[in-house]
Amino acid sequence: MRQTRRDFLKTITRGALVTALPLGAFKFLSPREARASVESTKVRWGFLVDTFKCVGCGFCVKACKLENEVPYDTPVTRTWVERYVILKNGRMLADTPMGGRDGFTDPKVQEEEINPKDIAKGFFVPKLCNQCENPPCVQVCPVGATYQRADGVVLVDRSWCIGCGYCIMACPYGVRFFHPVYHTAEKCTFCIHRLVKGMNTACVDACPFGARKVGNLKDPNDPVTQVILNQRVAVLKPEYGTKPQVYYIGLDENVR
Amino acid sequence: MKSHVLRPLWVVIAVIGLILTARYFVVPPDFGVYERGFMYGFHRKSNEKEWEAFKVKYRTKKYCQDCHPDKYDTIMSSKHHIIQCENCHGPAIDHPENPEKLQINKKRSLCIRCHTYLPYPTSQRAKIKGIDPKEHNTGMECVTCHNPHKPDMEGW
Repeated sequence: MRQTRRDFLKTITRGALVTALPLGAFKFLSPREARASVESTKVRWGFLVDTFKCVGCGFCVKACKLENEVPYDTPVTRTWVERYVILKNGRMLADTPMGGRDGFTDPKVQEEEINPKDIAKGFFVPKLCNQCENPPCVQVCPVGATYQRADGVVLVDRSWCIGCGYCIMACPYGVRFFHPVYHTAEKCTFCIHRLVKGMNTACVDACPFGARKVGNLKDPNDPVTQVILNQRVAVLKPEYGTKPQVYYIGLDENVR
Repeated sequence: MKSHVLRPLWVVIAVIGLILTARYFVVPPDFGVYERGFMYGFHRKSNEKEWEAFKVKYRTKKYCQDCHPDKYDTIMSSKHHIIQCENCHGPAIDHPENPEKLQINKKRSLCIRCHTYLPYPTSQRAKIKGIDPKEHNTGMECVTCHNPHKPDMEGW
């Protein structure tokens, strides 16, 4: 049998098409996608921080510690406030004494006296768990003790945590720590016990200046969602691909 | 079949069987893959309810309003209306049952959280009336002269 070059190319093209078509038809759904197509949740909690409004009073940190029974005088906290002072020569100073629990009552930053005339900008940045869409802390848990709820909140099962500390290492934002009493991984829960009762988180309620807000990102009419959709907001360390869900108004490039 | 090669195999199978049996009793029945898939949603479902049942301690202004309407009205008509009662009076928890009396924080350190003057442009902090706590009437409590519910000099 003789075969011309033309015939050979025709057969090859036809064969390639026949094999390629069914591959596109067989798209495998992950369990999550399959479930999401059947039942979609109506709530996805997100957070909004306005760094212009924050004055560094630290009431949020105090309220969080008392509300969530995190030992008060141990230097660990689920949320904290950082102070940034950027000088006119470009130098940056930052501190967070006791996580800002007692506020910022000293003009000295890192024991350093600063001349007010040298300050280009000074501001406060509250931090807490970002409840990432792709939480790296959850991926690394070897026992399934930490997980994400359908509404996006990442929690730790204290009875199941073995205290290996992988999640503490994995979080790029450093929000996790060991609970000094339970000796298990500990993190911000977005005060889920308050949210499910229709309340705000303890830090949001404690903030006198409205610098912190919590809202449902799946509700387009929620005031928090409105701001995130319509205003210029930023997230921390977007380059990690974690898709954090704590949004900041007025985030400075010096904030890490 | 008598074989020194197969004998360890039975041991291995027995160990695996033992582990699976133990696993059946140790792993809670509601442990599995939930909404967020295997990577993010592999957990014990009942733990979500355990967290939701956590005790609420900060009850917000509305909780105080019913029994202390006079105090509530005074502070709500002042510049301090943005501050929650519990920020200074402590978490209400189940007050008046538990605790019967709230410990009021009248310390200087509480006021200077906001009222230490910090010269930060672009921050709201610089706009708050502030003092230098190292110079302004040192050693005295702020409440000696200032009424936190009526934060003017003529408050008392």
